[in-house]
This record gives sequence, structure tokens and C-alpha cells, in this order.
Amino acid sequence: MALLNFGRAINKALSDALEQDPAVILIGEDIADAGGSFGVTRSLKERFGARRVIDTPISEAAIAGAAVGAAMCGLKPVFEIMFMDFTTLVMDAIVNQAAKAHFMFGGQCSVPLVLRTPHGGGMSAGPQHSQCLEAWFAHVPGLKVIVPSDSHSAYGLLRSAIDDPDPVIFVEHKALYSQKSEVSDTPEALPLGKAAIVRSGSDVSIVAYGAYVHIAVAAANALSARGIQAEVIDLRTIQPWDESTVLASLSRTHRMVIVHEAVEAFGVGAEIAARMADIGFDELDAPIVRVGAPFMPVAFSPALEKAYRPSEDRLSAAVLRTLE
Amino acid sequence: MNVTDATVREPAMGPADPSLLLKWYADLLLIRRTEEKLITLFADGEVPGFIHLGIGQEAVSVGVMNALTPSDTIASTHRGHGHALAKGMSLKAFFAELMGKEDGLCRGRGGSMHVADMSIGMLGANGIVGAGISIALGSALAHKSLERKAIAVTFFGDGALAEGVLHECLNMAALMKLPLLFVCESNGWSEFSQTAKQIAFSLGKLADAHAIPYARVDGNDVVEVSVSAAECVASIRAGSGPCILECATDRVRGHFEGDSQKYRSAEKLSLLPVSDPIRVALAHLTNAGIPDAKIKRIAEVTEAKIEEAIAFARNAALPEFTSAFEDVYTAQGS
Repeated sequence: MALLNFGRAINKALSDALEQDPAVILIGEDIADAGGSFGVTRSLKERFGARRVIDTPISEAAIAGAAVGAAMCGLKPVFEIMFMDFTTLVMDAIVNQAAKAHFMFGGQCSVPLVLRTPHGGGMSAGPQHSQCLEAWFAHVPGLKVIVPSDSHSAYGLLRSAIDDPDPVIFVEHKALYSQKSEVSDTPEALPLGKAAIVRSGSDVSIVAYGAYVHIAVAAANALSARGIQAEVIDLRTIQPWDESTVLASLSRTHRMVIVHEAVEAFGVGAEIAARMADIGFDELDAPIVRVGAPFMPVAFSPALEKAYRPSEDRLSAAVLRTLE
Repeated sequence: MNVTDATVREPAMGPADPSLLLKWYADLLLIRRTEEKLITLFADGEVPGFIHLGIGQEAVSVGVMNALTPSDTIASTHRGHGHALAKGMSLKAFFAELMGKEDGLCRGRGGSMHVADMSIGMLGANGIVGAGISIALGSALAHKSLERKAIAVTFFGDGALAEGVLHECLNMAALMKLPLLFVCESNGWSEFSQTAKQIAFSLGKLADAHAIPYARVDGNDVVEVSVSAAECVASIRAGSGPCILECATDRVRGHFEGDSQKYRSAEKLSLLPVSDPIRVALAHLTNAGIPDAKIKRIAEVTEAKIEEAIAFARNAALPEFTSAFEDVYTAQGS
């Protein structure tokens, strides 16, 4: 076991994939010479060369389309979009081309690409550099969406994402990049579509993903002092999400809160709540509660952003509501 | 099956070669007669949805494809029947796809706007204007990265000159010296509007700006297209980076089948047969002294082939919903 920060764990996953599979290439803006705007791809060009770690101009649509074409023709491109907000510029390639090619062409080809992109606020980066847009991608049949919460899951899920035959959106929370957590000396791939129970509890289930897993654990620890035992589920994969693990947890606790940084309306939490209200109806002792951002853009001022982002206090209050 | 490296054969060359002229004529006629049949099949409701016919533009497909090998890849457009058939797509599977049948190349999931055959490097027609350009860019990147001899070709209409992704791809292809041929089928129309009223620049000047070699040819003359395409392809294969080939041609039918083209001058439309690529090819055959009987024979064989393919497609089974649903993602472990 070694302590590795989240960004370095992603770097290691990329590095190991490049080393083990000659079909893997990295492509994106400032990823080679500059090592990525968050330093995630640092030193990979020096190690694997400019033919496999490729700097591009600021041309998101062309990069994404090129990733699709390259994936259809024998490569496994991993491309970086500097901020998730900029994925608006790659939507045709991802939604109309990558997501549909396997289906639309009758199974003749697959599109094994990975789009890596950071989401989330907390840096006063403003309305166009802070959004959590994962629900958009989760809504598109043909795409898979992953949001790791720590170094271990970042490494393991990224290795699986690169090996996966279908297009995967791999979302990294900016606030996690510098956070250290334990990673095995010989880390392994983690299965997509499988959630992890990171804290056991019998009173209420909290479903979270990405950076909000840590807020959920903090809230659960605080609630424990008040005699409330919350179970925390790290979803890890948003699409396809692990319905059976979530349902099994609900069957134990009979109460559920879903928390994410993304806007609450029409979000990941809405989907999970709707499914659990349907297939888990007999298990429920209280309404399922969602905790997400209000229906407004992310604001720049730290004062506004702090009020905007779901807090541990809001989550705790939501948990208490289910126990009233 | 994704596109992989295959044996590279030398492309056929030599426009004066009568056997090549005959082959090109046969290819042109096959595309033309197939699309003419589609007019009826569409009107009768046997081909559902939207179809976009390339009648009048066949020489671009046939001329460019002559310079390619089976391992070269092409990304096509919504007007992609000619590209698909010239690249060598099975006619039976083509008709079956357009009729929404299980035996279609895409098992009835894509239809006219998405005909594709990865086994021959046909990466798909495309419902989004300009989208094939960046897919071809990526295909070229794969060819270069995996040190294949193959090149990629993107077909696009002059309507796509207005798409931003074209500019991004020209720049990246030039910067990275990718083995990519840009083929613009300039038919003068951007859907229902004249391209002249939509584009403030010329493709030639855009090519200059990117320092990409550019040629403009009569896209209705299969010999002219094939000579220029062969030059472009030779330069690209030699590692000199991308080329642009602009082919001036005519879209005889509307933007989509059923478009009455009230926005076009009836007089100008009536003049189109003068530059018809089939007539131009016939003139080449006559000049080369090919006997009429041989030409007639090609027409008979073409008709028989098309009738056989249509009969096959009519009898083909309809697709099952369950198997389509199972193909949203790739089966794991396969």
C-alpha cells in the first residue's frame, strides 16, 4: 500500500495502460508538453513519445470526432477535455457518433474511447468552469459514465474504462486531484457498474459519488455521534448504475438520501429515487430525499458558490428528515 | 469487426485503359440505376424514412474510389449511397438495409443515412453535416499511428464548408501531416439554399491558408476525377500530408427525395443532362472505340443485379427488437 494522490493515480492508470496496450493513445489540449492543465498527464509524453501522447490545438469538436474515428480503426484513444463545461463542444461526436455507432451499424464496430474530464466547483472558477454535467451523458444510450471518489477507484475504474469496448465518460472532481489515499502496490482494474459500500449502517442509506462520497462519510460520522447509523454507498459508475447494491441497502435501512453536487432537478438522484420508489416501494419507511445544487448556474463569488454547493449540513438535515 | 490493416494492393491507373473505362461505366451505372430504383421504392413506401439521392454526382464516388485500396477508409455523408456502392458494399445488403431488414448491413438500425461496412473500410454515411470529416481525421490518425499504408478519405458537400469542424480538421490534418484526402462534392446547394449565398470564401483559398495542396476538377467526368484523385492519393501515401480535391458536380434531385425543388430554376435543371456523368463516361467509351454491344451488355447485367438485390431485400426478414436492444453496448467477453 502506498499513499497516492488522485491525480497521480490517474497518471499511473494512463501510464500502465500505455505500457501494456500499444493501441492506447492520449490526445488533448496541453496534455503532452504541458502535462495537462491539472498536471494529470505529466511526464507521459517524455515516457511514451509524441506519437502516443498527442497535443492538439483548441479544437474540441475535431478532437472528439478524431477519437471516434481512431477508435473505429484500431486505436483506444483516451482524450481529455480540460473542463467538463467544454464538453458542450464535443456533443455531436459523443452523442450522435460514438454512442450510436455500435448499435447503428448493426454491431459491426465498437468505439473504445474514453473521454476524461474534470467537473465540480469550489475553486471560484465561475459558471463555465465548474459544472457537473454527468447526467446529460447518463441519459444517452450507448455511453457509460464513471465518477471515481478516491485514488483506488480512480486507478481501477480508469483501467476498466480504457479496456471497455464502448465509449466511456470518465469524470474527475477537481477538488480530489491533490487528495491522497491508499492504493495497492499492484493495483487492479475495478469492474464498471459496481458500487461500493464505504460505510455500513442500519438506519439510512446515503447514495453518493465522486467528491461527495467524502461529504457523505463526514455527515455519517457526525450523525453517528447522535446515534444514527448511516450506510454510505459510493456509486462509482453512474451509467450503468448498480441498482441491486442500492436496492439491497434500502432493504436494510428502509430510508434513502441521494446526494450530488450536480443540479438536483432532472439529475442522477432523480433517476435513482424514481427507480427505488418503484422497485423498492415496499421497503420504504420515508420519502426518498435528494440533495443537489439549486436550479441556477454556479456563481463565481466564494460567498455565492459556498451557498450553492450542497453542504454536509444540508445532507445531515436531509437524513434527519427521513427519520422524522 | 473494426477496420484493421489488410493487404494493400496497387491502385488501378491509366484513364485510357478501355477495361478501366468499362469498369467505371459499370460502377456509375450501378449507382445511378440503384438510386433510380430507390425513387420508385420510396414512392411506393417500400423504403421508409428519408433518402438523399446523389443522382448526378456518381463520378466523384467512382473516380475517387478508383485510387483507393480495400484497406483505405472513407467517411461519408447523408448523400452516401454512391460512396458505399463504389467502395464495394454488397448491393443485396444495401437494399435490405434501406428497406429496414435484418439482412441489411446495419441490421435495419441505420437505413439510408447510416449505411456502413467496416469490412471494406466504409465508416458510415452520416446524418450530421460535416461529422464524417472528424471521423476520417481520426481514421487517418489511426493509420499513421499504427504505421499502416492506408489513407482515409472524407467526403463532404459544399454545404459543409460552413461547418466549423471542417476548419478544425483542416488545421489538425495539416499540422499532424495526416494521410487524409478531403473530397468536397460541390453541387452548389446547401440543402435548400444556394451555397453562393452562404459561403464568403472559396475552398481553394481555405486550402492555401492551411498550406494544403488543392485541386478543383470537373466532378462529372470520371476520368478527370480519377486522374486527380490518384495524384492526391499518391502524394498522401508518400507521406506529404493531406490534400483537398474539390469536385464540381450537380445535384439533380432535391435535398431529399420528395423535395419538389421549387427553389430552383426549371430551365437550369433541364440543362443538367448535358453534364451528366453517365453521358460523359459514354462519350469516353465511344472515343475509345468500345463497341455498343459491350455497353449494352453492362446495362443488362446491371439491371439484373439490381433486380436480384431488390428481390433479396423484399424477401429478407424483419429485425427483432430484442436483438437490437441487446446491441446498445458491445457484448462483453466477445
